[in-house]
Amino acid sequence: MLTQLLNGLQYGLLLFLISSGLTLIFGIMGIINLAHGSLFMIGAYTAFVCVRAFGELWYALPVALAAGVLLGAVLERTLFRFFYAREHLDQVLLTFALVLLFEEARSLLVGNDFYAVPVPAILDFSVPISADFSYSAYRIFVLLVCLALAGLLFLVIERTRFGAMVRAAAANQEMVQLMGLDVTKIQVAVFALGTGMAVLAGALAAPLYSVYPGMGDGFLIVSFVVVVIGGIGSVTGAFWGALLIGVVDTLGKVLLPGIAGMAIYLLMALVLLWRPNGLFARSS
Amino acid sequence: MGQTRLLLLGLLLLATFPWVVPNFYVTLGSSALVWAMFALSLQLLVGVTGLVSLGHGAFFGLAAYALYFVTPEGGRLSIFLTLPLAIAVAGVAALVIGALSLRTRGFFFLMVTLAFAQMVFFLFHDTDIGGGADGVFVGRPALELFGVAIPTDKHNRGLVGYYVNLALLAAMYLALAWLLRSLFGRVLSGIRINEHRMRALGYDTYRYKLLAFVIAGALAGVAGHQWVMNDGFVNPELVGWHRSAEALLMILIGGLGVLYGPILGAIAWTALGEISQLITDRQLLVQGLFILAVVLVLPQGLAGIRLWRRKAAESTA
Repeated sequence: MLTQLLNGLQYGLLLFLISSGLTLIFGIMGIINLAHGSLFMIGAYTAFVCVRAFGELWYALPVALAAGVLLGAVLERTLFRFFYAREHLDQVLLTFALVLLFEEARSLLVGNDFYAVPVPAILDFSVPISADFSYSAYRIFVLLVCLALAGLLFLVIERTRFGAMVRAAAANQEMVQLMGLDVTKIQVAVFALGTGMAVLAGALAAPLYSVYPGMGDGFLIVSFVVVVIGGIGSVTGAFWGALLIGVVDTLGKVLLPGIAGMAIYLLMALVLLWRPNGLFARSS
Repeated sequence: MGQTRLLLLGLLLLATFPWVVPNFYVTLGSSALVWAMFALSLQLLVGVTGLVSLGHGAFFGLAAYALYFVTPEGGRLSIFLTLPLAIAVAGVAALVIGALSLRTRGFFFLMVTLAFAQMVFFLFHDTDIGGGADGVFVGRPALELFGVAIPTDKHNRGLVGYYVNLALLAAMYLALAWLLRSLFGRVLSGIRINEHRMRALGYDTYRYKLLAFVIAGALAGVAGHQWVMNDGFVNPELVGWHRSAEALLMILIGGLGVLYGPILGAIAWTALGEISQLITDRQLLVQGLFILAVVLVLPQGLAGIRLWRRKAAESTA
């Protein structure tokens, strides 16, 4: 049971890496990004390719982060910036097209097979926590990395000049522009940050879930649920929402197999009945 | 040429289509008509009321699964029994899901409808209900009333199905055209343009939106029913979100502002899938690039090409 609880927390923290980007990108740019799940998939496959080439996951993590940041910046400049003022429908279709293209690119480059990605050798053991209970060292590593990243993200957003600009842009973009700040730079930075975290999450997750076609879809939709539960644009909401969903989903699979897939959606329905704007929504 | 005449011409083209092409294309055309119905039902939400739903596949799939649950194994039921049932099931599901989702708006609405559709997807995918992840065969509804039946077999089934689809599509089009002219339709358009104003005028917009959601869901049920009639098979993919996204895409390809837009879009999308299969194995690549091109170049859809010309003519005059 404790194992499952830890698994749930670790899953939830991974979800946080994905959904915090999703919620920031929507909160600031108003973009619905269906391709966010594909970014996660790209991260996982990057990890797989790097491990195949270099043998260890350690090279994959910085590569994935860098690739993600770069990809985010390029996508923002070449495509997304033209869609900030467009209808939600157009954004949905743009990003749906990206989902299809990313899947096809993956199929072209790596093929359609399932692949396992080995856990790094140093972390390939179990940590004894009590007399009759031990836990995978790699999972603990993922847990700690995600926690550190979450902490870093909070620090950046709440305590730095850049964070203040991001928060201001989320509240009122025109005002920020009138104050003489470069909104374009903020947009590129937020996009790159969100994308980088999603890709990194994929790379971290690769040894846990192995890599397979369409793996982004499931994570995308669960991240949507997290954002809805937490409240759009709220990183705090995404954090607690992700942990809640991670634990409920993981425990649900143990306690109520069969309807486990539905549990988080039921939870979401309940939250919406109670607070239609999410648990941590700022009052509008 | 007036719009009515153009529409009649389109109907005529669709009606003669099976006589001029090989059998394989009749089946293909038939499935294009099913998608046309599905996209048309969604148009009531997206194009008319301004509600972008990503979970419309739920009603399509639930109607199809409803048929599986009532049809005895190896047997067939009359379409006059199964069609109302499919409509009712999809409508009731839409009432429940709509009542919850419509408490939210915009981005939330989109994600919530998506999430509910996923819930239905997992219901069929993770449990053994309805054959689990692999899906299951269903006896196709029979064209039969009070013992009088149009007999169908392997050879004429495609053709008969095609005309049933065409008739239902035409009926759905007429019903929606009539609906849009009524006060109800005007209120829905008003909600799309400015919901606050409609509320200030005293309309309970939540109820109007919910009714639109239920009608759209019930009509998607018709499409789901016809899917079973064509293919005799259900699987969780019917509910998947790719299907809902494709319906949105058909609407956008065809044109948001007009009722015939989704029909054009569904035909174009089916044709594209077929043509891309001839050129390459990489269908997703062709589809993805095509969507990208439509979103970037044709924000008004195919129906907008005509508008452009008219605008160009006006500006030169």
